[in-house]
Amino acid sequence: MSLLEVQNLSVSFDTDEATVEVLDNVVFQLAKGETLGVVGESGCGKSVTSLAIMGLLPKPAGRVTGGQIIFGGDNLLSYRPEQMRSIRGRKISMIFQEPMTALNPVQRVGRQLMESLQLHRPETSKDEQLKISVELLDRVGIPEPRQRLTEYPHQLSGGMRQRVMIAMALIHVPDILIADEPTTALDVTIQAQILELIAELQRENGMAVIFITHDLAVIAEIADRVVVMYAGRVAEEATALELFAQPLHPYTQGLLDSIPSLVGIPKTQLKTIRGMVPSFANMPSGCRFRNRCERAQQLCATEVPKYFDAKDARSVACHFWQDSVEQVQ
Amino acid sequence: MNDEAHPHLLEVHGLTKFFPVKRGVIPVSVGQVHAVDNVSFTLKRGETLGLVGESGCGKSTVGKTLLRLIRPTEGSVIFEGRDIVRMNRRELRALRRDVQIIFQDPFESLNSRHTVRKILSEPFIIHKRGLNAERKQTEKLARKEDAKQQKKLSPKAEREKKVYELLNRVGLDESAANRYPHEFSGGQRQRIGIARAIALKPKLIVCDEAVSALDVSVQSQIVNLLLDLQKEMDLALIFIAHDLAVVKHVSDKIAVMYLGNIVETSTSENIYLAPRHPYTQALISAIPIADPTRRPDRIILKGDVPSPIQPPEGCRFHTRCRYAQPRCSEEAPPLEQASARGNVACFFWNNLKLPQTQTQDVVST
Ligand SMILES: Nc1ncnc2c1ncn2[C@@H]1O[C@H](COP(=O)(O)OP(=O)(O)O)[C@@H](O)[C@H]1O
Ligand SMILES: Nc1ncnc2c1ncn2[C@@H]1O[C@H](COP(=O)(O)OP(=O)(O)O)[C@@H](O)[C@H]1O
Ligand code: SF4
Ligand SMILES: [Mg+2]
Ligand SMILES: [Mg+2]
Repeated sequence: MSLLEVQNLSVSFDTDEATVEVLDNVVFQLAKGETLGVVGESGCGKSVTSLAIMGLLPKPAGRVTGGQIIFGGDNLLSYRPEQMRSIRGRKISMIFQEPMTALNPVQRVGRQLMESLQLHRPETSKDEQLKISVELLDRVGIPEPRQRLTEYPHQLSGGMRQRVMIAMALIHVPDILIADEPTTALDVTIQAQILELIAELQRENGMAVIFITHDLAVIAEIADRVVVMYAGRVAEEATALELFAQPLHPYTQGLLDSIPSLVGIPKTQLKTIRGMVPSFANMPSGCRFRNRCERAQQLCATEVPKYFDAKDARSVACHFWQDSVEQVQ
Repeated sequence: MNDEAHPHLLEVHGLTKFFPVKRGVIPVSVGQVHAVDNVSFTLKRGETLGLVGESGCGKSTVGKTLLRLIRPTEGSVIFEGRDIVRMNRRELRALRRDVQIIFQDPFESLNSRHTVRKILSEPFIIHKRGLNAERKQTEKLARKEDAKQQKKLSPKAEREKKVYELLNRVGLDESAANRYPHEFSGGQRQRIGIARAIALKPKLIVCDEAVSALDVSVQSQIVNLLLDLQKEMDLALIFIAHDLAVVKHVSDKIAVMYLGNIVETSTSENIYLAPRHPYTQALISAIPIADPTRRPDRIILKGDVPSPIQPPEGCRFHTRCRYAQPRCSEEAPPLEQASARGNVACFFWNNLKLPQTQTQDVVST
């Protein structure tokens, strides 16, 4: 049984000009203890998806217009705000690309950690909170944790700030950790540290992780299963091994081909996807990828491709996904 | 041109930049940021040098000193045989036709209240070369010519034509001329930035994280455009980026920087196949690979880059180096020749072995 099921989730935003549907029938499941990678280029709806799960869509501009988010047998979308508060930070925690937006810049790290502890574990005494804070920082690999507690967020490096965020997310070991581009702002060396830390914590605690990134290489590294998003829809879903061995959606293929390879010949032309991501106000009819797709035909303009159960446990939203299989054979 | 006199378009010797660190109400200098310390390299026409290293290691500072947007503390930057460190204002203006820079977010460097037409006409107006398609052979000649052209105003139509040529060249529609930077996506804005940079047919462009903020599908388009332009115009490029796969793809040779020093140089192929410096090895092993069946033997570096205000004594990398010996914290290793086209600054580059500790230090993921 799945730990979390996102079923046909649709979300709209009211902007000055119009109402735009930024998520259109997003579907995926998350199993206990697994790492689900959610990948797609900027603006495709990755963060909106995670905010919807957390019940944190910006109000009143953003609203869920359809679908369900099933967790623990309940539809989270039907929860009252105080019910959501008992889920957030306890059952489902989240870390972001830029911890500075989540940390209070004028409060010492220790004070923020202890306030979180006070909120989430009010039964603990001040002394215990201090002890737990030190343990948490130590656990996420922050050297001299006592010293760090007395510092302000800006005094820490980007990598250290991300560790503090992870420590906060671990006050209650959550069932699900949503990590929204947690390493995007970091150097590769520091990214490697953080990926290692997340994998390690997962092994220890058995929590499931939804790892959101635009970087397919990071996905290859960390994810068991992958959901590829394009322009607010799921393009395809597969295990990481299957996806990289044989992408079925032309968008996934295009993305993989665009990545410069470390073993490729320098200064040769890279493969590209022509054109660019359309804006939500001007989405093409039918398949949203069609004006960038080399496989597009008439049908792609007139009909939204259904989300097919392609093969094995894979799904793909392309009228002509079978061409991908033939290509390889 | 005087290729024989100057086989290198650019020669950088002992480039050093220290920024003062000031504290207090009445700022007093309390130290210095060793942003760039004794960096040397050369670049030929049409060649690309990639600069890599963790953030804060001095890449942008090197890039900016090449245009003298920052004045170096020490060292020389010889462009076509002349030291830009010693140039006067007029010479600098001429230099900035030949050397351009593109930043990560062109939006910041594009005037948001001007149309693209105005933005792309500007270089021709500033340098009064709207009608002057041919490059000038020497600075002197160029200056005389400038003075002449100042008198006969460049016809607007001629500039207009140039703007359209530029837009076409970077893959934008001519209708883009009437629009404002904010109306474009990141990739299109970078195209506008590139159009402006190539307007005066420069010889060198510094690309400082120029493709770093772009999505991969757009990044590859911009990389291809830069490669095309380079070939067409015999452009030299300094390509700065934190994504090593991209740097490798566009560069002929690569310099790896750590805390203001170059620790290794090599051809872009060799640096990946046979990294010699322990830092390069760690940096390359940290690159995620878009193939779940290939797991790199990862060397996880401990902690962050130390402060450049008090960089470690001796080899600056010794605090994070798994091969470090007592000597490394006492003495700075010189950048020495390790192969026909590669230099390394490590005492032990030729003999890096971790016989017993190997399995502990290499984390396989
Ligand atoms: N507060 C908001 N108001 C209006 N539109 C929004 C808001 N937040 C996100 N969007 C829109 O939703 C789309 C998806 O955004 P997001 O989920 O942040 O993308 P990603 O995380 O994949 O980069 C974007 O096109 C964005 O413009
Ligand atoms: N104008 C400045 N004043 C003081 N310090 C600076 C200035 N510009 C850069 N630095 C410092 O110099 C070092 C090198 O910076 P930079 O060249 O931007 O590195 P990179 O581009 O490799 O990230 C950093 O420690 C940075 O904080
Ligand atoms: S000189 Fe020493 S510390 Fe520096 S890189 Fe070489 S082995 Fe490591
Ligand atoms: Mg996002
Ligand atoms: Mg920089």
